[in-house]
Amino acid sequence: MEKQENLDHGRRDFLKTITAVAVAGAACGSMACSCNSAPAPVEKKVKLLSPDGEIVEIDSAYLNHQEHMAIVSKLEARQGIAGKRFVMVVDLALCKNARKCVSACQKWHDRPEDTEWLTVKLMKDSEQSAPYWFPKQCFHCDNPPCVKVCPVDATYKRQDGIVLIDNDRCIGCKFCMAACPYSTRVFNWSEPHILPEMENLAYNPETGMPAKVGTVEKCDFCPDRTRAGLLPPCVEACPNGVFYFGDENEDTVTNGSETVSFSQLIKDRAAYRFMEELGTKPRVYYLPPKDRQFPVERGYENLPENLKDRFRDIMEPSKKS
Amino acid sequence: METTNYQQAALNHQRNGIEKFSKRTWMWTAFFAIWILVGGYALYLQISKGHIVTGMRDNVVWGLFIVNFIFFIGLSYAGAIISGLFHLLNIKWAKPLIRLAQIMTLVSVIVGPVFILLCVGRFDRLHHLFIYPRLQSPMTWDVLAILTYFVGSVLFLYMSLIKDFAVYRDAKLNVPAWRQKLYKILAIGYRGAASQKRHLIISQNLLAIIIIPLSIMVSSILSWIFGMTLRPGWHSTIFGPYFVLGALYSGMGVLIIAMWMYRRVYKLQQYFTDKHFINLGYAMMILAAGYGYFTFSEYFTNWFGSAKWDSEVIDKLFNPAEYGWWTLFANLFGILVPIIIVALPFTRKKNWITGAAFLMVIALWVKRYLIIVPTLETPAIPMEDTRAAYVKYTATWPEWALTFAGIAFFFMAFMLIAKFVTVVPVSDLEDPSLSRHSKESETILPASENLQAI
Repeated sequence: MEKQENLDHGRRDFLKTITAVAVAGAACGSMACSCNSAPAPVEKKVKLLSPDGEIVEIDSAYLNHQEHMAIVSKLEARQGIAGKRFVMVVDLALCKNARKCVSACQKWHDRPEDTEWLTVKLMKDSEQSAPYWFPKQCFHCDNPPCVKVCPVDATYKRQDGIVLIDNDRCIGCKFCMAACPYSTRVFNWSEPHILPEMENLAYNPETGMPAKVGTVEKCDFCPDRTRAGLLPPCVEACPNGVFYFGDENEDTVTNGSETVSFSQLIKDRAAYRFMEELGTKPRVYYLPPKDRQFPVERGYENLPENLKDRFRDIMEPSKKS
Repeated sequence: METTNYQQAALNHQRNGIEKFSKRTWMWTAFFAIWILVGGYALYLQISKGHIVTGMRDNVVWGLFIVNFIFFIGLSYAGAIISGLFHLLNIKWAKPLIRLAQIMTLVSVIVGPVFILLCVGRFDRLHHLFIYPRLQSPMTWDVLAILTYFVGSVLFLYMSLIKDFAVYRDAKLNVPAWRQKLYKILAIGYRGAASQKRHLIISQNLLAIIIIPLSIMVSSILSWIFGMTLRPGWHSTIFGPYFVLGALYSGMGVLIIAMWMYRRVYKLQQYFTDKHFINLGYAMMILAAGYGYFTFSEYFTNWFGSAKWDSEVIDKLFNPAEYGWWTLFANLFGILVPIIIVALPFTRKKNWITGAAFLMVIALWVKRYLIIVPTLETPAIPMEDTRAAYVKYTATWPEWALTFAGIAFFFMAFMLIAKFVTVVPVSDLEDPSLSRHSKESETILPASENLQAI
């Protein structure tokens, strides 16, 4: 709730300061006025730009505060947040496949259970080596194979390091999916289920809402949240602080409870990037699963059967047959 | 327009074919139309329900459609290269074949791109390819290349048809008035005057010179859609030439089959002789050897190098529980059988060669499937997906329906075009019984002189 307040506050500030030119329709389109529930006025006035181009002042209580409201134009969503270089560090020693990151991601992005932008794999590098849990999201590569092949510039690399998709432009050729070596991208094979309150949302690449049939989507490092100074939901939801998220320029990453120096962390803990040899230059670093906090079984025992099936050949090789 | 007695005889021989639209033709047209309609229904389902009706999923993002795309577009390139070479080298015995190769080019350059469009999730945004083009993408290269190639091949076909249109116009064919008028328009006033001849032959030569390298480029660009990714089985420097050769090879097969069918239906024994079958058979054998060599290089280096990711694909291809039998089929009938059949004098007969060509064409279609699907089923990160459709690709009936609709369209267009123009081009024919000396007095200049004329 506190975060929600923060977000709203950020928006209000934003809306107060913007000029009529800068609004550019993106914001007011989704900030729809809903008066049917008629809550008590809180006497907090908010200035808004009406569709006719007039500045109107409305009591905050009458506004339908949308969680996923685009606060930037499409051009800004293409350029990214100035001065930032987002980076993530995943501590494999701490992951016990609690899958809180997965559900938090799905909840925030309003995606069904089958759609895992962020997923937890069970890796077993060789016959003798021990298996470990491996959370995997988009690596937001600095040399992204997906961006290289997009024929319509629908997926692009921003100055803050994020690789984003414009689902208003994507033609759904799936070339990026074939090109991504990390199986990061997912496709809307049929009309996606969209919550009623999301339906009329003005689409923006930063929010990725609402989902569109016949287009490609993926983990986006939640730029709408980072713009508001918040952490991605996967980072916040993790009970073990597996994910460190931050800014390479500031040389700071945080997992929500502790904030550390990015360069020091990857130096001390011998961080590596997945399949470095492909030359894709991922922006996600992994800390090797040394001195693990949990036995790997902890992430398997309590899983529902359908999820257990995914890892059965590694966890119960005898049962497989 | 003046014609020799031999050419006149050729026209009279094929007159029936283009004048009459027999009951049998109607029935075949209806038969193919039904397939196309079924495909149309499948397309409607795909558009209304989304790509969920296909077997494609997040891991195997491309399936039958892209296989068909490679297959048909390959035929098209082959037709252009073959007819271009026949024309440019002025190979006398091959003159009756040029039209067939060009029809193949035209029909498959229409069918092929339709299949890549079927892979696209949003038909309503196809114009984005032109309003937001990104030149770095191999897909954009492909769009540009295919459009250029389409124009080039249509022009090339038309150029070589002008003289024939003039012949049809003057022959007073027993066809409806609109067709007579159409022939007249399409012949654009060609009368066989010296300057007309000269201009036409220069244009044709220029187009042939352009279309051959263009086909090679376009075919390579097609292969780069796969070759430019980092995936095992695709990311290979051999892919450009591999696809060019594969296209040429399968096209040679289809040309032999088409020759066999038209020879039978239109009784063209006089023009499609045993010699034609044997000569094309030799060409097929050489291409088979080349294709086999490339295939071997590709598999052998990957297997010997045995990098983990590469090996996973190779293991799938050669494991009998996965694609082993298909790999065997593709390489046995796609490489070995055609070589043996043409190599042995006993089987070097038109029916044997055609049979081998038929099996080879199917094998090469399977081969394209083996290039696409096993690689997509082998991601770098363990799939660990429990949804069967996501792990292994199985084509669904709408995909098959659209595939057969494409094949039906290919046959139907081939058949209908042969009702409009003669299968054997009339105006360029030369009497093979005439001696070599008398040939040189013919009106058509050898290519070398034409080149000097340019």
